[in-house]
Amino acid sequence: MTTPATAPELAEPGTAARAGGARYVLGKVGGAVVSLFVVVVLGFFLFRVLPGDPIRLMSRNTSVGTKQVAELRHQFGLDKPLPAQFADYVVALAHGDLGVSLKFSRPVSDLILQALWPTLLLVGVATLISILLGLWQGTRAGWRRGTGFDRFSTGTALALWSAPTFWLGMIFLVVLGSWFPTQGIVDPDTPAGFLPQFLDVLHHLTLPCLTLVAVLYAQYLLVMRSSVVEEMDADYLTTARAKGLRDDVVRSRHAVPNALLPTVTLIFINLGFVVGGAVSVEAVYSWPGLGLLLYQSIADHDGPLLQGLLLVLAGAVLVMNLIGDLLLRVIDPRVRAA
Amino acid sequence: MRIRRLGIGVIAMGVAILSAPVVHAQDTAQPKILRVGVTGTYATMNPFTAYHLGDTEVGRVMYAFLTSYSQQDYSPAPGLADKWQVSSDKLTWTYHIRSGMKWSDGQPITAKDVAWTFNKIMTDKTAATANGNFVTDFDTVTAPDDSDVVIKTKAPQATMLALDIPIVPEHVWSKVTDVGKYDNLQYPVVGSGPFTLTNFTQGQSITLKANPDYYGDKPAYDQLEFRHYDNEDAAVQGLKNGDVDVVSGLTPTQYAALQNTPNITVNKARGGRQNDLLVNYQAQTNTNQPVGDANPVLKDPKVRLAIAQSIDVKTLVDKAYGGLAEPGSGMVPAVFGTWHWSPDASQEQKFDLTAAAKTLDDAGYQKGADGVRLDKSGKPITLRLVIDSGVPNENASAQFIKGWLGQVGIGVTVQALSSDAVTDAGSKGQYDLQLNGWTGNPDPDALLSIQICANRPDADGNGNTENFMCDPQIDALYKQQLSETDQAKRVKDVKDLQARLYSLDSSIVIAYPNVLEAYRSDRWASFGLQPAQGGSITHQNGYYGYLLAKPVDSAAAGGGNTGLIVGIVVVVVIVLGGGAFLLSRRRRASADERE
Repeated sequence: MTTPATAPELAEPGTAARAGGARYVLGKVGGAVVSLFVVVVLGFFLFRVLPGDPIRLMSRNTSVGTKQVAELRHQFGLDKPLPAQFADYVVALAHGDLGVSLKFSRPVSDLILQALWPTLLLVGVATLISILLGLWQGTRAGWRRGTGFDRFSTGTALALWSAPTFWLGMIFLVVLGSWFPTQGIVDPDTPAGFLPQFLDVLHHLTLPCLTLVAVLYAQYLLVMRSSVVEEMDADYLTTARAKGLRDDVVRSRHAVPNALLPTVTLIFINLGFVVGGAVSVEAVYSWPGLGLLLYQSIADHDGPLLQGLLLVLAGAVLVMNLIGDLLLRVIDPRVRAA
Repeated sequence: MRIRRLGIGVIAMGVAILSAPVVHAQDTAQPKILRVGVTGTYATMNPFTAYHLGDTEVGRVMYAFLTSYSQQDYSPAPGLADKWQVSSDKLTWTYHIRSGMKWSDGQPITAKDVAWTFNKIMTDKTAATANGNFVTDFDTVTAPDDSDVVIKTKAPQATMLALDIPIVPEHVWSKVTDVGKYDNLQYPVVGSGPFTLTNFTQGQSITLKANPDYYGDKPAYDQLEFRHYDNEDAAVQGLKNGDVDVVSGLTPTQYAALQNTPNITVNKARGGRQNDLLVNYQAQTNTNQPVGDANPVLKDPKVRLAIAQSIDVKTLVDKAYGGLAEPGSGMVPAVFGTWHWSPDASQEQKFDLTAAAKTLDDAGYQKGADGVRLDKSGKPITLRLVIDSGVPNENASAQFIKGWLGQVGIGVTVQALSSDAVTDAGSKGQYDLQLNGWTGNPDPDALLSIQICANRPDADGNGNTENFMCDPQIDALYKQQLSETDQAKRVKDVKDLQARLYSLDSSIVIAYPNVLEAYRSDRWASFGLQPAQGGSITHQNGYYGYLLAKPVDSAAAGGGNTGLIVGIVVVVVIVLGGGAFLLSRRRRASADERE
């Protein structure tokens, strides 16, 4: 109901500003497209310079004979010259075809889609909790700089941040492992039906999520803490206090919204990486996500899978960055003015 | 409003906690399940394209083969065929298919299914991916009636009782248009083995149910599961927690740690793998084009003999393998008893550093100023030893080998590379010495076939061998054993071949590593080991480990749900705690707003 009232106001800045906005958006989108193309080229050639031949690696120590090895190589088009392979790849890509995995003999897009939701679930939930926990602790720590709370929360966060993820995961697994599953996302014997399945996934999610939060939340805490500290002496806070507002309200209503700006960029960069998963956490808990798929595709020299994954991961980071940039323009007038 | 919604959430959670045990208590007659923790990748359940170790292991329990390997000692045993005979010209094999067998969907299993499977592999390139090499010399395969399969071969072939090919149901597969694209996941997947595949979730788990129509012994439990772990340490933790019942492929450290764990029994099984030291002296492609950059001094058999005399396999087994291996000698691992060869006193190149030094002295390699011997052109002899940096026993072995060769005056530079780079260097002949290994089969043919001229890599690197063996005597013996259908004579050929190989010092066999496994002995009483004496549970050339597993009496092999329930309670407490905390903050915030 408020829209008609605000619409004329928005129109007021005039066409010049809108043209600037369009140029800004186009510039950002163009940059992202160029980056994506570079990823396509890099991904293709990166896989080719790795030592080892994928077909040889796969068929080594198996009953597959020399004739079948040559046939496999032909099937996957690996016997063609490099430029021809690249052309094939780009043409297929333009048709939205990511190719077929060498190892799994299944379309790459199927494999990626299948691994996408476990990763979104794990890293998404963990990132959300990390953001909430980090921002909350960071605000408190910055507001009461130098207090016991500040020293304790910042110290803990830093210690956890610097712990190797794999090691921390193994420690959780050993210490808490008797209460939680050691593998996977859902037990194959859990009865069908929403409730048992949901609870079982939650049960499986706990330890990997805990590990990921432990290593992630420090960065939000630190950024939030330092930007709160920066805002501490601002005049508008004095004004707010002079109005007679309680300290908590000054913090949450006035300091935090301004201090949040730098964190927005950080959050969106990290949201992009959500899709990349967390290779080490996924490896410790055998969580069937994208990070793990990436790791396997490198280990097996599964070129099509590796290329497809790089593209999806890079795409996610680029898109999220783009959204972050555009959103920042909306929430921070200074970016618009610049 | 918000508070009410949260309240509803709390109630829902409460219901969830209460219902969790109920959900699990409902199925009181819990099925008995054998859970195996596995670390390999399981890529496909399509038997025509499945050649990875894990996939073929699942294939073995899903499908019966024409013949099998006995549990006792790997000797050929009946499978779908209960009798067989070979014609006097050794070219025609007739297999009699036992009657009354059924596929898991109730259709009869006949000779036609067998013939269809073989013909498919012979005529469809994609269907030949995994098992094409078994049918290379087949001329025709026919089923004149429902109970007989006749295979005519182009040349006599001794491996006709070792055709590791899963036989598939014609009535299902004849409808498949593109074998390469078929995932074979139409549950329950129609099979003939002791278990039927009911679920495969890639990267997570594989579930198989006991097949009541299987022709042989029936499993003493209901369900077999393979659960995927991405790292062995987590799998070991899973075993300790009771998430899985069997874990294979343990490292010596994990094996030692599990030895004294209550309710867990370890199994140190004889392994079917041989690890050797490759000596690169004749790297050429299969068209005799020289490749690689090996030190030419290795062409001298005396130098290779001295290297062999400088390697103490017993010390390597004790120190580098922690005693968890059998000392090596012949190419075929000792566990395959009949085919294994070890040198007698006259053939043995005993570990003796003095003798090695004398061999080199006699051959005219004098020591230079720094104690390193000089080759015929006066250059110090320094050899590159390529090893896989990720394999602990190779790192340890390399240090011993370097020390021993140093003592006889041969310099060694150890190059520890990634396994990919090792494979690459191997196929291109870019090494002097390399630690390597191969897994053998009950039939020695596959292991011996890597030693013939024709199987050297081609110019493009196609081919799977890395030691470039090419010797007329070995080629002749290989051909002879392959066409020899008289077992005793073939054993002699196979042993002669190994003796010849040993005398050439091109692959110095170091060890046959043990297979290290552990299982929950509070749930499982015994497993069908293969071979019966000292064999393994997993990764057999059979399915006895799983087929003959016996649960402990009265034990619910499924294990308790205590862990699950406690875990759920912890999760719920965290969620509720968090909710309550947020709620209290909201209250305070709204109180502030009112001020």
